[in-house]
Amino acid sequence: MTAEPVHEVVLTVNGVARAVRVPARRLLSDVLRHDLRLTGTHVGCEHGVCGACTVVVDGEPVRSCLTFAVMVDGAEVTTVEGLAGPDGDLSPVQQAFRECHGLQCGFCTPGFLLLTRDLLARDPDPSDDEIAEALGGNLCRCTGYVNIVRSVRRAAELAGEGP
Amino acid sequence: MTTQWFGERVERREDERLVRGAGRFLDDAGHDALAAAFVRSPYAHARITGIDVSEALDVEGLVGVYTWDDLPGRLADPLPLLIPHPDLTHPRTQYALARGEVNHVGEAVAMVVAVDRYVAEDAADRVVVDYEPLPAVVGLDAARAGDRLAHEDVPGNVAAVTTQELGDAAAAIAGAPHVLELDLAMERSLSSPLEGRGVHARWDDEDGRLRLRTSTQTSTGVRAAVANILGLPDVAVDVITPDVGGGFGTKVVHPYPEEVLVPWAARLLGREVKWVEDRYEHFVSATHERGQQHHVRVGFDGDGTILGLEVDFWHDTGAYTPYGIVLPIITATQLPGPYRHRNYRVTFTSLYTNTVTVTPYRGAGRPQGCFVMERTMDRIAEALGLGRDEVRARNLIGPDEFPYDFHMTFQDGRPLIYDSGDYPELLAQLRELVGWDGFAAEQAAARASGRRLGIGLACYVEGTGVGPYEGAHVHVETNGRVMVATGLTSQGQGHETVFAQIVADELGVDVVDVYVTTGDTRRFPYAVGTYASRAAVMSGNAVALAARAVRAKAVRIAAEALEAAPDDLEIAAGVVHVRGTPSRGIPLSQVAVLSNPLRYSFSKEAQAAGVYATPGDPDVAPVPDDDEPGLEARDYYSPVRSTFASGMHAAVVEVDPELGTVAIRRYAVVHDCGPLINPMIVEGQIHGGVAQGVAGALLERVAYDEAGNLANASFMDFLMPYLSEVPTPEIAHTETPSPLNPLGIKGAGEAGVIPVSACLAAAIEDAVGVRMDRMPISPPELWAALAEREAGR
Repeated sequence: MTAEPVHEVVLTVNGVARAVRVPARRLLSDVLRHDLRLTGTHVGCEHGVCGACTVVVDGEPVRSCLTFAVMVDGAEVTTVEGLAGPDGDLSPVQQAFRECHGLQCGFCTPGFLLLTRDLLARDPDPSDDEIAEALGGNLCRCTGYVNIVRSVRRAAELAGEGP
Repeated sequence: MTTQWFGERVERREDERLVRGAGRFLDDAGHDALAAAFVRSPYAHARITGIDVSEALDVEGLVGVYTWDDLPGRLADPLPLLIPHPDLTHPRTQYALARGEVNHVGEAVAMVVAVDRYVAEDAADRVVVDYEPLPAVVGLDAARAGDRLAHEDVPGNVAAVTTQELGDAAAAIAGAPHVLELDLAMERSLSSPLEGRGVHARWDDEDGRLRLRTSTQTSTGVRAAVANILGLPDVAVDVITPDVGGGFGTKVVHPYPEEVLVPWAARLLGREVKWVEDRYEHFVSATHERGQQHHVRVGFDGDGTILGLEVDFWHDTGAYTPYGIVLPIITATQLPGPYRHRNYRVTFTSLYTNTVTVTPYRGAGRPQGCFVMERTMDRIAEALGLGRDEVRARNLIGPDEFPYDFHMTFQDGRPLIYDSGDYPELLAQLRELVGWDGFAAEQAAARASGRRLGIGLACYVEGTGVGPYEGAHVHVETNGRVMVATGLTSQGQGHETVFAQIVADELGVDVVDVYVTTGDTRRFPYAVGTYASRAAVMSGNAVALAARAVRAKAVRIAAEALEAAPDDLEIAAGVVHVRGTPSRGIPLSQVAVLSNPLRYSFSKEAQAAGVYATPGDPDVAPVPDDDEPGLEARDYYSPVRSTFASGMHAAVVEVDPELGTVAIRRYAVVHDCGPLINPMIVEGQIHGGVAQGVAGALLERVAYDEAGNLANASFMDFLMPYLSEVPTPEIAHTETPSPLNPLGIKGAGEAGVIPVSACLAAAIEDAVGVRMDRMPISPPELWAALAEREAGR
């Protein structure tokens, strides 16, 4: 069995153009984490159920563990590392999760942060049902979700207050 | 005014890095390391008749394939029996790689090392193992029958039988006016942290040192085991626990095979090697818990007072017993709950099965014990036509009865003596919080409109803060930073925050100036680990004691510099000053400089400690015999026995009889873990515990088929709850201090999960009148039970 052919993939990750040469089977999660060393995206199940690996690709949240990097050649990708402001200030979503104790071990957190950002971008004042709908596909084993929901509400408040 | 950090809802120190994606979990480093993958058994019980690796050798990028035959020295021996016990007559532990026989699906048979994980798995797929299947023992019914053996040399599958007795239970029951017998069971589940296990090893050949990063709950435990098995000096092995993505018990087991094999390979190959568990591997090789069957005989009088209790139970220990019989001992000794018992006998049998090994999962035998005791209480109430709260109230230990001695031995080998609590107060709070008294009317009104509401409650006592000890080192650096190290590990509990709060109070500094490191043997080599709701109690008190020693030294040095009496000094905002005269003071950073006499100055501030800076007493050495340089101290906390936290839960549920579904309408928690260091964090622990409890009651079970295949080994099939499945508990706290430790605190990590199955079973039973004697209960099972009752009418 010989080495696999590799393909060039060009991505814009958190606003920066990045190029990698990878085998066709290499997952986007592995490219982000191990080739680009953006380890904030976590891998919890590798079968698309837990959502810890969620990143935003061309404006849509996707599970990077179910996405081959070659499938998203040319895409714009946002990871948790791209959430803070250009000066390094925490975004309202990040601030809210810290303030409301919306994380414990922090492993599932990047997925929830990105889903929350996506939700608030679509709906700045979501109802509890809308929050459940938007975040209801990601798993957390520590928080019982209580403070995650509080964090989303608080993030909406903080975002509404403006910078 | 002095700021008090203890008791405040301080935002967590951990979160800044975690919300930025800048945490450092196991797989966030070692990007260029070789990758290990494992060939695992597809059989529950089989002889290995041959292993052919030749096809794997053709895979480009393969570095090595290893089987048991390749393992040298002690690495070829069975892994350690971590917790031996005299009653564990037939202990069995696994080999790092299977030696001629496999005893559960998922047992490691061969290790493959390759350039990356993709290639390692390609090669692992090409390792051909020939198996001769043997009869498998799956589930407690099969284990108890004993006609098949999980290990051929263990008669009846019995690992251990243990009895403990207080008074004379059989005689008390024989003389009791009322006697009931119950059979109660709980099924298997698992911790299932979002991050699986993982190991990353680097051997430094020039220094002759091993650096091992592992996602564990006990770095010192791993270090001792790895050094011993690989034949390395302890001081040549550093074990570092990175950020850990949840543990919940399963990561306290050590060494897992991978924790010795990966460092061995790293040293052998002279390359970094890393293994990261995938989710399937977690289901079939990280430990499980909870499977137990219980038979209860209880004798009681006409007002519900328990006169005698006998419990026989059978514990499924899985394929091996590395953790001994700690779990069934916990069930046996925590089962009595908050109740006064005069006559109690408990006997358990720990049984082998050909399934994944069983070790503690959050709650650790207590959810089962609580289920048994609380279901028994409900049945007594039913038998006598009394209120369920009333029967409990009559049996509660009173606040004036502490210390309450059960004359039994707890899981730590120390006496089972409750130290403090106020159980009647908890019950009063719970009734208020859930609206117990008004519920009957609510239930009747709902019933009139066709809705089935029910209410249940459950009480528990939890032994927390088990010994033997933890220690801490506190060091004020010359830059004013307070560096704290304690050896136990963190998996999301917020230790960096709560230990900083404690130290900040003791030293009179701002919490942001305190930096806590956990689980790094380079910083603190003596420790036990994080389990049994012990971290806050053990390391919390250790950091307090070490900080007090630092404070005393700071005051002594400052008193000399300020020419003041030590008793007149206090520390606030990081400055040691004369009480009432804040201007006459000296910052701790400068005290740190003065604590360390210097020949070589390193900064302008440090010149104050130079040999010509202060004349000093010519007859006293710069560092006297009874002193040490540096503003630092190390101390240990070791309790005589555990401290006992307590709590009660109540739930209102609605059952849809058409669907068999259970909706939780209200969930109330009253909780007493002594003084709260950080209420925000304690509440977070309760939220998470309740969620895991609800999962264990209504959703999660490990489903083995008869052949021992794990049929739901993925998040697709093992039903972990999402946001929509868990309630938002209402929480009230009572704070009864423990007399056993300087801070008066008790553990809080596991409390939330313990009574949930008992509580929900009671509520469901109240709603629909069907016996709930086995948990979890799924919608199809509940629907079937309701249908069966209808058919029987």
